[in-house]
Amino acid sequence: MTTRPQAMLDTAADILLRPGGLGLESLDAGLRHVLTPGVDYADLYFQRSWHESWVLEDGEVKEAGYNIDGGVGVRAMAGEKTGFAYSNQITADALAETGRTASGIVRSGAALSAAPRVISQASVRYDAIDPLSGLSAEEKIALLKEADRAARAADPSVSQVSASLSGVHEVVLVRASDGTLAADIRPLVRFNVSVIAVKNGRRERGSAGGGGRYAMARLRDENVAERYAREAVRQALVNLDAVDAPAGQLPVVLGPGWPGILLHEAVGHGLEGDFNRKGSSAFAGRMGERVASPGVTVVDDATLADRRGSMSVDDEGTPGQYTPLIEDGILTGYMQDKLNARLMGMAPTGNARRESFAHMPMPRMTNTYMLAGQDEPADIIKSVRRGIYAVSFGGGQVDITSGKFVFSASEAYLIEDGRITAPVKGATLIGNGPEAMGRVSMIGHDLELDTGIGVCGKDGQGVPVGVGQPTLKLDELTIGGTAS
Amino acid sequence: MTQAFDAAAQQPLLTSRAEQALALARRLGADACEVGASVDQGIGISVREGEVETVELSRDQGIAVTVYQGGRKGSASSTDASDESIRAVVEKAMAIARYTGEDPAAGLADAALMATELPDLDVHHPWALTTEQAIDLALACEAAGRSQPGIRQSEGASLSSGEGVRVYANSHGFLGSQCGSRHSLSCMLIAEDEGGMQRDYDYTSARDPQDLLAPEVVGRSAAEKTLRRMGSRRPDTGRLPVLFDATVASGLIGHFMSAIAGGSLYRQASFLCDRLGDGLFPAWFSLYERPMERGGMASSPFDNDGVQTRDNVFIENGQLASYMLSAYSARRLGMQTTGNAGGARNLRIDAPLATRDELLARMGRGVLVTELMGQGVNGVTGDYSRGAAGFWVENGEIQHPVEEFTIASNMEAMFKGLAAVGSDIDTRGSIHSGSWLIDEMTIAGG
Repeated sequence: MTTRPQAMLDTAADILLRPGGLGLESLDAGLRHVLTPGVDYADLYFQRSWHESWVLEDGEVKEAGYNIDGGVGVRAMAGEKTGFAYSNQITADALAETGRTASGIVRSGAALSAAPRVISQASVRYDAIDPLSGLSAEEKIALLKEADRAARAADPSVSQVSASLSGVHEVVLVRASDGTLAADIRPLVRFNVSVIAVKNGRRERGSAGGGGRYAMARLRDENVAERYAREAVRQALVNLDAVDAPAGQLPVVLGPGWPGILLHEAVGHGLEGDFNRKGSSAFAGRMGERVASPGVTVVDDATLADRRGSMSVDDEGTPGQYTPLIEDGILTGYMQDKLNARLMGMAPTGNARRESFAHMPMPRMTNTYMLAGQDEPADIIKSVRRGIYAVSFGGGQVDITSGKFVFSASEAYLIEDGRITAPVKGATLIGNGPEAMGRVSMIGHDLELDTGIGVCGKDGQGVPVGVGQPTLKLDELTIGGTAS
Repeated sequence: MTQAFDAAAQQPLLTSRAEQALALARRLGADACEVGASVDQGIGISVREGEVETVELSRDQGIAVTVYQGGRKGSASSTDASDESIRAVVEKAMAIARYTGEDPAAGLADAALMATELPDLDVHHPWALTTEQAIDLALACEAAGRSQPGIRQSEGASLSSGEGVRVYANSHGFLGSQCGSRHSLSCMLIAEDEGGMQRDYDYTSARDPQDLLAPEVVGRSAAEKTLRRMGSRRPDTGRLPVLFDATVASGLIGHFMSAIAGGSLYRQASFLCDRLGDGLFPAWFSLYERPMERGGMASSPFDNDGVQTRDNVFIENGQLASYMLSAYSARRLGMQTTGNAGGARNLRIDAPLATRDELLARMGRGVLVTELMGQGVNGVTGDYSRGAAGFWVENGEIQHPVEEFTIASNMEAMFKGLAAVGSDIDTRGSIHSGSWLIDEMTIAGG
């Protein structure tokens, strides 16, 4: 993909600044309102987003919505203190007022550093497009109806089908007192199918979906409507036959791809810079130590083309990076934003993310995955006498201080004598992050990334993320079923 | 600085924006239209280890428009409330309504159901708080917690104070507006022993700042809750009674309400479809709604359809007495709205209440759960499996803290197996409940 930072900046300025009578040259004046004595870093974050969604139920698209959001967030920092204010308006007056508010907050002098430094080394990780415009309304509706048709055709027990198509066109521009000037145009689309199947008085749900940072037209071209519809029905049918999951400690084999949510919860959050600077993470102070079995290598990678969690530049204007977190079981890296990197004497890693201009950035994950190992997935299953094989999950949560994490299976099976047997009902799996990573005993060669459905929540802010992993075996994890 | 914001003064502005959008929709040929508009402003302070960490001033506004034309519906919204933006939002909603499919159930609630009784429910208590005062309160809260012996460090104390106004108007001529405020103070602390670090927190939250607990009380309680987790172990796997602390019991009511919400029912996505009149809970248990309660956390005289809210009874003497319906979901089910567009407002329990000691004595041997983790609640099947932390109880007395285990059952069995409710009512949220003793669940631990 071509790298034309200046063209991107000009486009962003046209969209974000010009309507309010501003231009790129106005930003220094904007920053000066914030850089009062005592303030050692300030930034302006301009954003505008257009969000569209279409929802099908009962064979018809009855709901559709469109949302326009935008404004500027202004941050002022002095040491560990941060002042933050924002405005829905992007005008000179609004910049002056929010700037004064943000700096008044930390009030305790830095001069504006040299001329703005355009972030030119940033490679573009996705096309700078409006993903909503490639398909007509009729085509979007046809895509949803195709999902309905395919799901109902897949099995007579399907009683309800709902499908949704959504997309966001987002334009951001960052100007910081350290000279940063960066812009990004971020497309994001998603297609989802959820079905209810009813058989012999039992009712189960199945769902499937995916997307990424590309045009909606690609969803049509890749025939996702039919694929996700069939996948959702398959999952519902599996669950209709599910027996109670066991309760207690057992070996667990996790399938490739989306089960990588394990890494997101068990290690990812615990390696975010803020928790480690404050010493509140179970991984704090363990840099260079063994925190996982040999062979375990986990990375956070914002550079993957078109992935849901990818970022050309982060929300502080730092280019997105490939950051090794754990290498061959040894803790080697944290994910950092500028504040925590500075306070820890490290370099930012391009992990500063925010839900919107109205939220403060924090160190966050992008696409987090484990690299492939050498084991044959079939051999991994064969190695388990009695255990669980889990291939899909609903969601997870972690207490980064105690290291306890959970994730809830939505499709899982028993393993008996090295063979996958009966499906089991969804159950929550619970463990301790550092302990669980030390119990990884086999790693498949089949690394897969998820299909593009993850949303990560932290301090009330949601951001899109990706996960991935090869087939993995953990020698022991607690399964929250009901069968003895 | 003092907050230069008066929610009440914003009311006429929001009303005129809503009327402007309704008039435009009418001109553009909409059969019906509804508009929601809001403005909120607040301050958020966080301190950590005795220092200010962040000071955040927030001001959010939004306008959302839904139009109906020939049985089709279109919606659009924006955070930009300029005249041009309102026009763009209405036009976009109209454009969308050209493409959506006809839906016989779509449309406004019946005009006859619009709220006519719109009393002031005493939910707006602005706090003239300076940044410095807010910082002092947060610091006092944290200091009270940090100073407790055994506390290793603080994860911080936060104070947030906000007020706002919302307006809902529709083309029946209904226009309702309400100002509201919410203030809260919280503290999270960390303690450490050979077993590693543990954290816990406490908070106070109220409409009226005068109803907040003293900062020192919150800080000390956070310390107490953190310290009592020291020496945590894993419980054995088995079937045992589970006592849900009041702070987590309200979540069970939340799951029940989701299962009787119209949207779950007409989609057949609930384990409580077609169960009206069934005895789901013990006969001594009732659950009702008081939307017009003065000062309540969710009080409102009108729902999100403009319909007059009312005192619903969802569980009466153990039986499912009513679903929770909006105008749309009611039409889908061939029923009448219960004035619950936007959810339930102020849920209350009617049951004989037992003290904590009585509940523990009755449980004998089991687990007291004070924290739940994860999303393992399946509203379609009622299956329940969540991560938990709490205390091991033996002979009716707390023995030691427990962690890293799951509790699992099916919600229908849990509701039926509700053995007693505690008198320790948690009144901080919109659901007021005491602890719940459930007769048996599967505990998976060591």
